[in-house]
Parts: sequence; structure tokens; C-alpha cells
Amino acid sequence: MRRARSLLAIWPPIVFGLVFLIVWETIVAVYDIKKFLLPAPTAIASAFAGNLENVWEAVLVTGANALVGFVLGVLLGIAVSFVLMRFSVLNELTTPLAVAINAVPIVIIVPVLNNMYPAGSQVPRRVMVVLIVFFVVLVNVAKGLRQVSGTHMELMRSYAASQREILVKTRIPNAIPYLFTAMKIAAPLSVITAFVAEYFGGTQTGLGSAITSNASTSKNDVMWAYVLGACLLGLSFYVASIWLEKATTRQHGRNPVMTR
Amino acid sequence: MIRQAARRSSLFVVALAAVAATWELYKVVGPETGGEVFGWAILPKSNDRVMPHTWEMIAEFFDSETRGTPLVWQAVLGYAWFTFRLALFGLFVGTVVGVGLAILMARFRVMERGLLPYVIASQTVPLIALAPQIATIAGNWGLPRWAWVSILGAFLAFFPISIAMLKGLSSAPDAAVELMDSYAASWWTTLVKLRLPASMGYLVPGMKLAATASVIGVIVSEISTGLAGGIGRATLQYAAKATSEPAQVYTALIGAGALGLLLYGFVVAMEFALMRNRPQEATG
Amino acid sequence: MTEHAVAINGASMVFNPGSVGQLEALRDIDLDIAAGDFVSLIGPSGCGKSTLLRLIANLLAPTAGDVLVNGKSAAQARVDQDYGMAFQQSGLFDWRSVRKNIELPLELKGWDKKRRAERSAEMLELVQLSEFGDHRPWELSGGMQQRIAIARALASHPPLLLMDEPFGALDEMTREHMQSELLRICAAADTTVVFVTHSIPEAVYLSNRVVVMSPRPGQITDVVDVDLGVARDDDTREDETFYKKITEVREALRGAELGETVRRVDDR
Repeated sequence: MRRARSLLAIWPPIVFGLVFLIVWETIVAVYDIKKFLLPAPTAIASAFAGNLENVWEAVLVTGANALVGFVLGVLLGIAVSFVLMRFSVLNELTTPLAVAINAVPIVIIVPVLNNMYPAGSQVPRRVMVVLIVFFVVLVNVAKGLRQVSGTHMELMRSYAASQREILVKTRIPNAIPYLFTAMKIAAPLSVITAFVAEYFGGTQTGLGSAITSNASTSKNDVMWAYVLGACLLGLSFYVASIWLEKATTRQHGRNPVMTR
Repeated sequence: MIRQAARRSSLFVVALAAVAATWELYKVVGPETGGEVFGWAILPKSNDRVMPHTWEMIAEFFDSETRGTPLVWQAVLGYAWFTFRLALFGLFVGTVVGVGLAILMARFRVMERGLLPYVIASQTVPLIALAPQIATIAGNWGLPRWAWVSILGAFLAFFPISIAMLKGLSSAPDAAVELMDSYAASWWTTLVKLRLPASMGYLVPGMKLAATASVIGVIVSEISTGLAGGIGRATLQYAAKATSEPAQVYTALIGAGALGLLLYGFVVAMEFALMRNRPQEATG
Repeated sequence: MTEHAVAINGASMVFNPGSVGQLEALRDIDLDIAAGDFVSLIGPSGCGKSTLLRLIANLLAPTAGDVLVNGKSAAQARVDQDYGMAFQQSGLFDWRSVRKNIELPLELKGWDKKRRAERSAEMLELVQLSEFGDHRPWELSGGMQQRIAIARALASHPPLLLMDEPFGALDEMTREHMQSELLRICAAADTTVVFVTHSIPEAVYLSNRVVVMSPRPGQITDVVDVDLGVARDDDTREDETFYKKITEVREALRGAELGETVRRVDDR
């Protein structure tokens, strides 16, 4: 009975999706829309199947950039948040910086990064991802380390606990849900950043470059195959982060408010 | 609140100065042609061509763009303004469509259940991948190039706004909704008098996200559609001139940063006007 | 003459002295609490009762006078962990099991694993929540969480228990039940208790002495001895003396608010 009910719950998105695809396919057929204008879903599917190896290679390049940047950004963000907690003065300085980084199109520094590194290097894109992930993680984890409930602090003080004991037994466990929230935001963001960074020059491997080159030669169905690859990559990072969160939420009863 | 803003701005200036100081420090200690750490080439080059001094960047603004043409600061201002207007328009369209879709989803639960998963999923994939496709379609409809670019900004902006707005529309406390019911108010009246005002606190942070998204969308589609006159194209052009005019690309970066802050500031000003008599915006 | 569990002499508390936001929270507090006493601090909001409790706990230092706990300075007593404290929020750690929450003060005291496990099992037994040892705090009701908080406060068998409106967030029926439970637990552990509340029936039911405080700046205006005997239960709530004492405390509170003369409280 329960399974039937959950099946009933997921029909709207499936139906909407199918209807959308069918309408798309029909319009292309009825109006005889040329491939270079807008390919039909079936054309895309066959292009995807036909170019699977190439798409996969491009996915690996962009995906690797996203993954490396993500992992480094998270580690760096955690490390610096500890420093920030120790020296709260630095905290006051980094907050306006973090707000500004969020407000400006920071990806635009990639051309400069490309000049700074040897040609053919993927490092500029990885640096970009690190930068963006770092700030997301930093802001959230710093918040988690700082915002311990008043009752908990009074309790620990009543135990005459040392600063180190307070850190280990209270601040760090408090910050862990914040870390996972940050990772949930940063994971898809790392894919998007790695992807967008490819538009700003640099070595021509990866999904973004493949899309641009196929678009310029009007091979739209092949281009869409890469687009599909990009979507799948982004979704997989997102699903991985959700799974990671679910694996730990059993231990913690709540999810803190998100900060971007 | 003004005092808080002044304090934050001055701290921002100090933070910038710290960044500039780190920059100069790296120029002193960093390897001229790049270096390796444990065998990975991750240290950037620090020579004057690739990393000009911070004061050289400022000085570049008062140089001429290329021989015998307008000064750099005028050129960059023009490019930044061009992109800013497209991003602003994109933000506006994205907000209207996003709010509209949110209202639709709030009204018809079927729409919410059917569309919301896609809206959420769209936040996780690089939508900008669709830029060339959208450009082709828009071009075929005879829309001017700037419109395609703006549409892409709107496209990226509308997703965070619809998610934020949907949350906001359902944030009205149950007691308030019951009150409206007791007045026999129609769904539409409840929307206008209760849910929309209640959702402002959620709309604002959504618009902050959307503003950045719109700017990035516009810049990237400028590049991929080859639209001239904007800061995106200008940055790439200046970057290519790294040997002859090393500091120029940095002026474009500063311009891009300024336009992003300007649009963000626009949203903050809107927040101030709308939320003046209310407690701070809801987070999340 | 045995030492008092708590001895407060001429203690005053002024927040932000000398600045615009100066606040005189407590003035000239003299109070002696004997071992085994159950003393309630009651008064209107802002009278400083919670502040007074925190002076005893050495979470705040008085701006004048001194506070002695177990014959030592309050600061030393805190370092020596001579008391356990319970707050209005249970303050349990979400990321620890119920059992591990109880073991927290014992970990900080450096007890080994076996000893901690034995003691936490004992405390769970005492508060009658043994089956919930491996649950998470959020799986328990408010009343149960407070029972665990009390178990944690008593885990190291401290001689003194300080409680800041621990039942404030509970509904009336759970509250009455918790009061009976608290008396049973404290009798078993033979603890001295200082209990902050603004419920008159609660103060009378639990204590053998009720300390009445005036509005800010807080001063002790009266101490009502409650001679309802040691073994109190639900029948006590219907006892005539119970109602008489409630009236006595109520009138003392009203008098305090009208600003009647402050009496110094001597040891009995």
C-alpha cells in the first residue's frame, strides 16, 4: 500500500517530463525544424549513444576539475574556519570579503589564471573551483563553530572545561551539520564552476569547450549530447552530496539554516 | 543600520588592502615562471607581465586602450555599463517569470509537484550549456543579439527566484491564513494581502543569488555568442594582449567586479526600501 | 558547627558598572544554606534570582561581597566540580546518545570508560529511563529530556544541585510529575538543592525554605519556612498547610513588590 502511495506521489514530474519530451519531438517533426536550429529528443538520444566515448572523456575532464577543486576547497575551508574561530578579528575581515565574492562574477578571473599557468594546464579551472567552494565552506563552518547555544556554553563553563575541551566536545560536533549543508551547496556548484570556467579560454578539453565547438559548426545534436553529459555530471554530484548528508543526518537530529 | 553598513564597508576596504598586500608579497617571493609543489605545477607565475603590481593596475585606467583611442577607464566603464544593463534587464525578467511560476506552483499543487523537481535539478546543472541553443533559437526569431544575452541572464536568474518565492509564499503562519479564511477572502486576495508581503523576506536573498546568476549568464553568453560591447568579450580581448598591455585585463576585472557589486547593491537598496519596518530577512 | 553548603555574604551584582548601560541586579544578599536543604528562589521577573544562582555557580563573579560553596570560594568549588547544574533548556547534545550525554561531566573529570558506563547506568536507573540509554535526545519528550539533564547534573554525585527553572518549558501535568520525581531523586542522593522558579506552588511543594526576592535591584525580603515534612507526594498538594504556605509566599511576594522593609536573614 505504501509503495503504491509513493508511486502516486512521483507521477507528476514523470508525466510532466514525458509530456514535455513528446511535445518537443512533435513540434520538431510537424514544423520540420532543422537540426541546426533545434534537434528532436530522439536525435539527441542517438547522438549521445553515437558519441558516448567522446562525451565520457569530456565528462571526466570537467568532472575531475570539479572533484579536485571541491575536495581541496572543502579542506581549505575547514582549516581556515578554525583559524577564524581562534582569531575572531580575522572573522570580521573575511565576512565582507565573502559577501563581495558572492556578489561579483568571480569566474571572470579565469583568463588571468590561464596566463599564470602553463598552456594546457587544468589548474586555472581547479583554482577557480577551490576559490568558490572555499568561501561557501568557510562561511558555513565558521558559523557552526561560533554559534553554539548559550545553554551549552554555560553547561561547559559550569564544568570548568578548558577551551580545548569546549572545542572538541562542543564546537566541532555543533559545526558538523553546517559542514554537510555547505557541501550540499558546494557540490553542484563545483560542477557548474568547472564548466563555466572553460568558457573563458584555456585548454580545449572538457564539456564546455566541446559544446562551444559543436555549436559553432552547427552540429546541434552532438552539442546536445554534451549538454546531456553536463546535466548528468551535475546531477550526480548533487545526488552524491545528498547521499552523504543522509548518511550522517541519522546521527544529528536537525539541519541548520543554509548560508550561501 | 547605517553605522553597521559604514563599518562593514570600511572593513571591506581593509580586506581589499590585505589582498593587495598578499599579491605584492607573492610577487616578491613567488617564482617568476611558475613553480611546483611536490611535483604539481600549482604555483602561478609572478613576473610583471602576468602579475602586474597593484599600482600598475590602477595606473592602467588612465592609459589609452590602444594607440590613439579613448582612455581605458572610459572604455571599461562603457563595457561594464553595457553588461550591467543587460544583467539588470535579465534580473527583472527573471524575477517576473520566477515570481509568476512560484504563484502558479503555489496555486496548483500538481504544478508544484510536477515542476519543482526540475526547478531544483536545474540548480545543480550548468544551465549555461544551453546558451548556444538559446542563442540560435532567439536569432531565428529575429531577436537582436543583446536580447539573447539578456534572456540567458533571465534564464539563470529565474530558478533561484522561483524556489525562494515558493518557500516565501508558503511561509505565512497558519494562524494568519485561517484569519483570512474567516474573512471569506478568495485565494487571490489572500495572495495579495498576506502571502506576497510575507514572502518578501525570502524573495530578497533569492534576488541576491539571482543577481549574481544574471551577471554570470550575461557575461558567459556574451562570450559564447560573440556579442561585442560587453565586459565579458573585453576581458578576453584584453587577456590576449597580455604581452603588450599586461595590466589592461585587470582593469576589466575590476570593472566586472564593480558591475556585480552595483547590481547587488541595487538589490540591497530594494531590500532597504521594502523591509524598512520589518525584522531582518529570513535566512535560507 | 558544620559548614554551610552555601554561604553568601553581602553579595551585590552590578552589570556594566560606570557606563550608560549600568544595571544593579542584586543588592546586599545574605543567605546561608545548610547541607540537605532544598531552597527555592522566587520573585518577579528581573529580580535577579537567576543571577544569584549564577553567582553560586561561579558563572558570574559578584561586584561586592563573597560567595562560599562547601567552605571554599565559588571559583574553587567550580574547578573542583562540587555542584551540578540544570537549565531551562535541557542542553543535551544532539550528537550524543542519552547515555553519552550523562557521561559528559565524567569524561571531563577523566573517569575511565568502565566507571563511566557503570555510573551512567546507575543514573538512568535513578531517573527510570534505562531503556532509553541508546536513544538520541530528540527522540525523547521534553519531560524525559529534563530527567536526563538532571541525571547528568547528578552523575558525579555532587553535594549541591543548582537548577534554573528546569520545568519552565513543560506543561502543568508533566511539571507536577517532574516535581515528585525530583524530590524522590534528591532524597535518594541526599543532595542540597537551590532551585529558581516563579511558580509559587512549585516552590512550596519542593522546598523546606522559600527565599522571596524583591524586584530589581534584587534583595531578599523574606524567607518562608515550609514544614510539610520530608515525605511529600500528591496528597501533599491537597494538604491545608500547603495552601497556607502558598498564601504566605504570595503575600510575601506582594509585600516585596510594595517595597516593605528588607529583613536580614540569619542562620536558624
